[in-house]
Amino acid sequence: MKTPITLKINGEEHSFEVEPRTLLVHLIREQANMTGTHIGCDTSSCGACTLLIDGKSAKSCTILAVQANGKEITTVEGLATAEGVHPIQEGFKENHGLHCGFCTPGMMLRAIELLEKNPDPTEEEIRWGISGNLCRCTGYNNIVKAIQYAGAKMRGDELPSTEPVFVE
Amino acid sequence: MIQCKTSKEIGGMGHSMKRKEDDRFVHGKGNYVDDVKLPGMLYMDIVRSPYAYAKIKNIDASAALEIPGVVAVVTGKDLEQYNLHWMPTLMSDTQMVLPTDTVMYQSQEVAAVIATEKYIARDGREAVKVEYEPMKALVDPYKALDEDAPLLRPDKEDQKDNHIWHWEAGQKEETDKIFENAEVTVKEQMHIPRIHVSSIETCGCVADYNKVDNHLTMYMTTQAPHAIRTVIALVAGHVGLTEEKIRVIAPDIGGGFGGKVPVYPGYVIAIAVSFLVGKPVKWIEDRSENLQADSFARDYHITAEMAGTKDGKILATRMKVLADHGYTDASANPSKFPTGMFSIGTGSYDYPNAFMEADAVYTNKPPGGVAYRCSFRVTEAVHAIERITDRYALEIDKDPAQVRMDNFIKKEQFPYQSPTGWEYDSGDYHAGLELAMRTVDYDGLRKEQAEKRKKGELMGIGLSTFTEIVGAGPSKDFDILGIKMFDSAEIRVHPTGKAIARFGTKSQGQGHETTYAQIIAEELGIPAKDIQVEEGDTDTAPYGLGTYASRSTPTAGAAAAMAARKLRDKAKKIAAYLLEVSEDDLEWEPGKFFVKGAPEKSKTIQEIVFASYTNHPQGMEAGFEATHYYDPPNLTFPSGAYICIVDIDTDTFEIKVRRFVAIDDAGHIINPMVAQGQVHGGLTQGIAPAMYEELIYDEDGNILNGTLMDYLVPTAVESPSWETGHTVTPSPHHPIGAKGIGESPTVGAPPAIANAIVDALKPYGITHLDIPITPYKIFKALKEKGVLDKPIAE
Ligand code: FES
Ligand code: FES
Repeated sequence: MKTPITLKINGEEHSFEVEPRTLLVHLIREQANMTGTHIGCDTSSCGACTLLIDGKSAKSCTILAVQANGKEITTVEGLATAEGVHPIQEGFKENHGLHCGFCTPGMMLRAIELLEKNPDPTEEEIRWGISGNLCRCTGYNNIVKAIQYAGAKMRGDELPSTEPVFVE
Repeated sequence: MIQCKTSKEIGGMGHSMKRKEDDRFVHGKGNYVDDVKLPGMLYMDIVRSPYAYAKIKNIDASAALEIPGVVAVVTGKDLEQYNLHWMPTLMSDTQMVLPTDTVMYQSQEVAAVIATEKYIARDGREAVKVEYEPMKALVDPYKALDEDAPLLRPDKEDQKDNHIWHWEAGQKEETDKIFENAEVTVKEQMHIPRIHVSSIETCGCVADYNKVDNHLTMYMTTQAPHAIRTVIALVAGHVGLTEEKIRVIAPDIGGGFGGKVPVYPGYVIAIAVSFLVGKPVKWIEDRSENLQADSFARDYHITAEMAGTKDGKILATRMKVLADHGYTDASANPSKFPTGMFSIGTGSYDYPNAFMEADAVYTNKPPGGVAYRCSFRVTEAVHAIERITDRYALEIDKDPAQVRMDNFIKKEQFPYQSPTGWEYDSGDYHAGLELAMRTVDYDGLRKEQAEKRKKGELMGIGLSTFTEIVGAGPSKDFDILGIKMFDSAEIRVHPTGKAIARFGTKSQGQGHETTYAQIIAEELGIPAKDIQVEEGDTDTAPYGLGTYASRSTPTAGAAAAMAARKLRDKAKKIAAYLLEVSEDDLEWEPGKFFVKGAPEKSKTIQEIVFASYTNHPQGMEAGFEATHYYDPPNLTFPSGAYICIVDIDTDTFEIKVRRFVAIDDAGHIINPMVAQGQVHGGLTQGIAPAMYEELIYDEDGNILNGTLMDYLVPTAVESPSWETGHTVTPSPHHPIGAKGIGESPTVGAPPAIANAIVDALKPYGITHLDIPITPYKIFKALKEKGVLDKPIAE
């Protein structure tokens, strides 16, 4: 038994037939064929599947596709616009905020909501803000820098240096 | 300190160039294995054992097969008909792909369900009924060696007990004698627990067997595509699937850390099923399966001893290891080299005698120890030596930094012969520790600590001054299944001066696309942005042994430099021809050859390359391509000096890492930004086993923390803000003087943290705590010492 639903994904209307038990992350990856949203766990612990639902970050492995019916969804594929990349994408790239890139889409989407609520967060606020998203590669220092950089860019402030700092 | 010879436009070595690979990742355009979708693809899910040790009485698949969309259920008995129910491990042991009669660890694969959709495969998995007869599991490795312990591997003909191998190195008699006569001896029993790599991407594959042309394409999460192709060919060759008909593609990999080196049963079942049904089969494990059934790391029980004088001269160490290998010896090790413990067990210190021995044992736990972000048990060796050195310092009441300074190998002693038979290439350990101590104001900290101690506050300062071995490795010592551990690079420069370079390694996030391009840019002067780097496709890349044990820069990085130098030699000949001078009259600067004394007479590398296709000298082979297979003459020996400062809450015993300074010496650095990123990540993977992570089993072999809900991977909150720096002691035998850095921090951080915590507890008579050191462990230790009867802080 399948249920029809409609979603607006990255600005485009889509209709799907889904089983009531289908998780949103599987719908996005398998039916909408947007594979930028990743799966890293089965317990809602890792945040790799994070996307925005009506502007709020959510772990899409924890939500049924039917629950998202009629909502607006942003995935990593929807971040860049004709004007260019989103400041968060630039922040991650400029600050070496990613290694394997597997956690990165979820991390960036989580950070976007964080910055919208708190445009100039402290390091501690950022660390708590992304504590639902695991990264096994980077050690998080540069993710924090990436989010600070994106914050500065979104506020229109001077951009912090992206050169690595070494003890001399 | 890090100098660049090339301009920023060329972007050779030393530039913190932004990574070329990042664009696709930040746009969600990475292509990981689970993103691969092929026409007609089937999905596989795996039925796993709830017991650690049990006889399989019956498997009833009838209900599963009734579900519409379930295509097949495969058991060990089915695979047995094709002799595909078992496979060799990387250590030449044997492993069941699917067991035919007995399960040997919890979550072992028991049957596979293949269906048209992922959810249907999962339904099928739930519907398969397996009847077990549970048996008493053997969980404790010491008990597994008892004479009356049940024999776990009766399937192995020569196996009379659960002992797998014994290995030793060093001088037993001399060392024992020193211990008998030494002024001071210390001894600690340590356990370095089972942990898990837990890359955020789990393992998986898409096996695509094409019946018509008898060709297998295998997309898989592997760090070593070529070696895996050979392993598949060795097993599948007897059904006519030979090596040239197998293509292994490792697309983007979401972290590996050693966990994606082994061959897991899921891969093999997927291949077997694709072979039998003639359709592509996808298998992606979930997180719980990954934690519960994939290769673990560590699990070494170590008795460490040190002998020395009262005034601080180390004379000898002894180490005895019991390694719990679980159900089969599938550890990822070069076959001549069962434990890296021995290569580096004496650490950065100079003393003539040491003796180390290790025994491995079977238990009812998952198999396959991987060298998680370390070179074949170096982490364990470094932990033991750094802890026992501190223990010795404690015993003679000397500052642990002083004991280290007094016993370091001096920089003029390199190349240095270690008592366990290895030649350290280069190092300057004093310089690293001095820089680390200056950065934290070591003396000031010790004063602060003395003040705090008077008030009953708990503050600890921990050091770890380690040496690593990386770059596996020289063919005289290293092989996997007999294949020597060289690595390779192939460079093709197109007529317009842009290049493609292919490698036998495989990045899992280390940034190869950028750093290899920088090495070639350094050597040829072609801008790094114009060099496309490719790895992970056995049809196109030259044969190599893959990426693990920090071997990419030491082996494939060297191969890149050597291949580029071959091209530069050719370029010189062409330049001499074009400029109508002799080769001896030419000088090179990155990007061009010019005539000595007449710099305006020059040819750029791009002009030279174009000429190699359009106007090359008579008799010279056209084109601009080179390949190099690099067999390193020796390992490289990066080192580090790490200092960790902790404060421990006297009510809750919560441990706060106040500062952590990591000074690494990896020789010449290719991309400082990338190198620093590797250090940050490695340090976080070092704090994890030191304070949070451990795979815990109960006495029946049930895993107690097999999901990310209770296996504590550090988040941004637990991970400190790291401070990093370098000293630079180039490797004398490496073409670009690089040593590799990726795993140093994982190796060096845990003992620094453990030493800091034990140091904080020094006034209370605690000499050792096993990692992970949790608030509860501190509480228990203090309670045992009778300290907690009155409050610690006044
Ligand atoms: S996949 Fe959704 S939180 Fe891990
Ligand atoms: S970059 Fe690999 S998990 Fe975050």
